[in-house]
Amino acid sequence: MTHPSEEDLILHYYSEGADAILVEHHLAECASCQSLYKSLEVTLAGMDTLTVPERGLGYEARVWARLEPALARRRFWLGLPMWRWEAAGAAFAVMLVLAFFAGRTSAPVVRPVPMASNFSSEERALLTAVGNHLERSQMMLTELANASAAGPLDISFEQERATNLLGENRLFRQSATGAGDALVADVLDELERVLLEIEHAPSKLSPAELDELRLRLRAEGILFKLRVLSSNVRNEEEPARKPL
Amino acid sequence: MEQADRAFVAKARAGDADAFRALVDLHSRGLFRLAFRMTGSEPDAEDVVQESFLRAYRQLGKFDERASFGTWLYRIAVNCALDLVRARKRRSEQQQTEDSREDPVNTAISSHPGPDRLALSGELRERVAEAMNDLSAAERSAFVLRHFEGMRMEEVSRVLGCQPGAAKHSVFRAVQKLRRALEPLVSTAK
Repeated sequence: MTHPSEEDLILHYYSEGADAILVEHHLAECASCQSLYKSLEVTLAGMDTLTVPERGLGYEARVWARLEPALARRRFWLGLPMWRWEAAGAAFAVMLVLAFFAGRTSAPVVRPVPMASNFSSEERALLTAVGNHLERSQMMLTELANASAAGPLDISFEQERATNLLGENRLFRQSATGAGDALVADVLDELERVLLEIEHAPSKLSPAELDELRLRLRAEGILFKLRVLSSNVRNEEEPARKPL
Repeated sequence: MEQADRAFVAKARAGDADAFRALVDLHSRGLFRLAFRMTGSEPDAEDVVQESFLRAYRQLGKFDERASFGTWLYRIAVNCALDLVRARKRRSEQQQTEDSREDPVNTAISSHPGPDRLALSGELRERVAEAMNDLSAAERSAFVLRHFEGMRMEEVSRVLGCQPGAAKHSVFRAVQKLRRALEPLVSTAK
């Protein structure tokens, strides 16, 4: 037999090689292949020492406890009777018309943001705006998630920021929906609900209320989603920054 | 597990939350293990577990019931983990140091502190960390699935959504890179 390649030896190690007996015989006789195989064995056996932290008893229940609120919310929305969807649709249409006229009578104008590739320079500028919006939202939520207070915490400043972010968020979400980008629209939709919750929360939160808010942020995984989406948007945006 | 998965998936698709919970119970630990090996960080792995189940729940309607739920879920988790790793890579350009408790290499070394390993641990840790970081996303995913999850190449390709040949090559490249990076230490150990 000719010398097996390194690839053959890797397959042999994982018991996926085609000629296991031939390779075994060859290894028994060929010192150089034996040495290569030994080196593979030691390397791969060394990787097996990389341990994963143990998950304790009740891990599954903890995963479910974090997951359940987000699923319940989704079930609620999916379970709404048709007339409510129709009413929501009508209300949304009215909002769009109002937003349109409000936009025409007041500057600045925010145009819809196509989320697909092949952006014009104008669209890229708007993509930058989306990226900035996501980062501002992320920053505000991170501050809230990390806030600590012995007594009641005044979040009126964050509520003001949430109100400002909500306006932008609605426009970007509509644009993403219009462009058929369901993934972006979904994340912006979730962000909108979180921003609304903050906007309508009491302006002074007790430590227990703050903990509850933190838990909800964590359960929804919104910060994680924002991080990922923000990074994707920045990736899309990057070619525009590079000189041609 | 596949039989049980099928029954629970059918019920979960019909809106049975308890059935989805049963799927969470069956797959949480496996998903965490995979996510930890992909991300190397405990909190990130927890986020990946959450996000994977959320995505799975949302896309349950699109899942082909003839396929394996586990493979499909792992595919979602690998994609989530890759999204996270890519995002983290961008951020970590400024802050490269990782919490030693969350570093799988360090965990491995500290959990088996034999005299030989103690002598080599510093260098080994550095080399393994470098080698793992040098793996591309495709190499890392394929290697984790083949080596740690014990999947055959065919299954790796199904999870990654690529041709079996491409999955094999990713594993080959990963093993070759790791072996070359660890060569001097491996020679010492032989």
